[in-house]
Amino acid sequence: MRGVLYVLACLGVMGLAAWAYRENYATQQALGGVGRLQDEIARLRESLAMQRAEWAYLNRPERLAALVALTFDRLRLMPMEAGQFGAIGQVAYPPLGAALGPSVTLSSEGEEGL
Amino acid sequence: MIRRPLRPLAPVLSARDRGENPDAVERSHRREREEARRDGARVRAEGRLLMLGLLFVIAFGAIGARMAAIATAEAAEPRTADAGAAILGSRADIVDRNGRILATNLPTQALYAQPHRMVDGPRAARALAAVIPELDAPMLLREFTDPGRRFVWLRRRLSPEQVQAVHDIGEPGLQFGPREMRLYPNGPEAAHVLGGVAFGREGVSAAEIVGTAGLERALDGRLGDPAQGAVPVVLSLDLGVQAAVREVLGAGMRLMNAAGASAVLMDAVTGEVVALVSLPDFDPNVRPAPAVAGDPALSPLFNRAVLGVYELGSVMKPFAIAQALDLGLVTPATRINTRGPLTWGRYRIRDFRNYGPELSVTDVIVKSSNIGTARIAVQIGGERQQAFLRALGLLDPLPLELAEGALARPLLPRQWSEIATMTIAYGHGLSISPLHLAAGYAALVNGGTRVTPTLLRRDTPERGARVVSEATSAAIRAMLRATVTRGTASLAEVAGYPVGGKTGTADKPRPRGGYYEDRVIATFAAVFPAHAPRYVLVVTLDEPVETSGPEPRRTAGWTAVPVAAEVIRRTAPLLGLRPEIEPAAADALIRVRN
Repeated sequence: MRGVLYVLACLGVMGLAAWAYRENYATQQALGGVGRLQDEIARLRESLAMQRAEWAYLNRPERLAALVALTFDRLRLMPMEAGQFGAIGQVAYPPLGAALGPSVTLSSEGEEGL
Repeated sequence: MIRRPLRPLAPVLSARDRGENPDAVERSHRREREEARRDGARVRAEGRLLMLGLLFVIAFGAIGARMAAIATAEAAEPRTADAGAAILGSRADIVDRNGRILATNLPTQALYAQPHRMVDGPRAARALAAVIPELDAPMLLREFTDPGRRFVWLRRRLSPEQVQAVHDIGEPGLQFGPREMRLYPNGPEAAHVLGGVAFGREGVSAAEIVGTAGLERALDGRLGDPAQGAVPVVLSLDLGVQAAVREVLGAGMRLMNAAGASAVLMDAVTGEVVALVSLPDFDPNVRPAPAVAGDPALSPLFNRAVLGVYELGSVMKPFAIAQALDLGLVTPATRINTRGPLTWGRYRIRDFRNYGPELSVTDVIVKSSNIGTARIAVQIGGERQQAFLRALGLLDPLPLELAEGALARPLLPRQWSEIATMTIAYGHGLSISPLHLAAGYAALVNGGTRVTPTLLRRDTPERGARVVSEATSAAIRAMLRATVTRGTASLAEVAGYPVGGKTGTADKPRPRGGYYEDRVIATFAAVFPAHAPRYVLVVTLDEPVETSGPEPRRTAGWTAVPVAAEVIRRTAPLLGLRPEIEPAAADALIRVRN
């Protein structure tokens, strides 16, 4: 009876040792993975900051003004004026029969009287 | 255990038989029992000592093992900590109130050379000079062939194309060091607010960026704090409004042939500066060197709106009138003697033209009478005037988040005499900056509480200390509105937005004393919407001349006012103000009785 207990305890210790060994290496691998991920996060953050800077640079007021001048014949964008504020009541209801079709034109090209 | 009795019957009986004392049996039994107990206690104590010793061995063993591990292991950074901090962006971004980037960082490369590692120094010098035109080939050749040189910095910042070109040279002695550069993507917009940066301490693998001017310098600690590097600094500026103001002001400056111009647009309640423009300006990405010769006030680096302290002229009149109303000395309808010229010692105070024998207090502002204002100022007295202007913050340096803010020190008269009281009341003898003026006007019209200008966004409006009463504030608003509807600022009418304001035209002082005849500073301080002011705008033109008429006109009503009106026309919709019809003026007049 006692011998059996000893053998079982030994087996238990060996099993635990094997488990600890495996966990140790799994932890090290996970740490390595975290390190790689953090490097990647840093790289992505860096490119994100770069993209943000580029976005800000492309949207600088000077360039937007130049684009407005360049596309004036098509878009006719003007500075915002007091007359462009309206009340919701001033917006007309659509005519009864006119369902919103799938062909909604998102460009104002070719429209009159913008 | 079976307890043995101390006096067992059998041995006692046999002892009695033998004629011995039965107590001896009991004593011997007691002794045996005592010995057994002692043996047990010794064994237990030995066991305890052994256990304790073992514990000590384990503890010291663990400490020793840890020390050995630390001593023999290689040092490594803890890798799981601090996953949230940005690796890039050691210096925080600056964004406007809507989150649009005003200043950010870009990774770049610095170039240095190690001549002793070079394979072919002369060839590297030639190729490098071809790639980077700013470098001088003979100088490079001298550096690269000098056996004493082991290290030489070449460029602080390289573009990605230049980095590739230097790589293509293939010279192992040319090395790169990673750098961050500060980028101002909007170019000259808000240049004076942002200021500029320079490299501080430099190493091969990194360089510290330090602010040299403006906000970058004033908030250097916050911007450079690594713990807050990922959190941008949010300004009160609105980039769209700032760009519109700059565009309109630039056009106005050219149209009015002015040498310089500035504009301050401020929230009348919170003191947030929404736009701050000073022209001429510069590009902070290539910050020009400070001028060493000539008048520093003509340098593009000079921030006229904050640092330019001028005698601003008649725009100061509402301060005297507001104080007189608040003290109960006058009401808007009180008649003031304006017969001129007003003689005081050897000084004579005149009006721009003769306005007749007397004017109401409202008309003193509307027609801008120096004599009337001076008479009211005499009633107030110098001490009370000084205390009032100090309460408005007009006599102290600006508490603004700019490195130069502390330098914006108003110029006070050496002695606050009675004549100084009179001249200060109509804007001469006291020099303040346009930003001071904007803060003062905001306090007068917002209901009468002091305004502290700031460049940082304030999410919760807080009212300052009370300067004038609500009724006085309403009366001043009505007077400023009347100045636009029927006074000196009639060109300031903007469709949809009732504007109130006061003009000021001041002769420029000569550097050697006295005043120029034909050089003025034209100022217009406007509030809009006039009946419930949300914003204060101060436009200042330096030496404007309007030449469309038969003779040149220099007064603010012809120069600064139309520019300010155009600024309001452009910016009010951008600020989200709906056009509104102002309430009938009669209502306002009933409320102003003190």
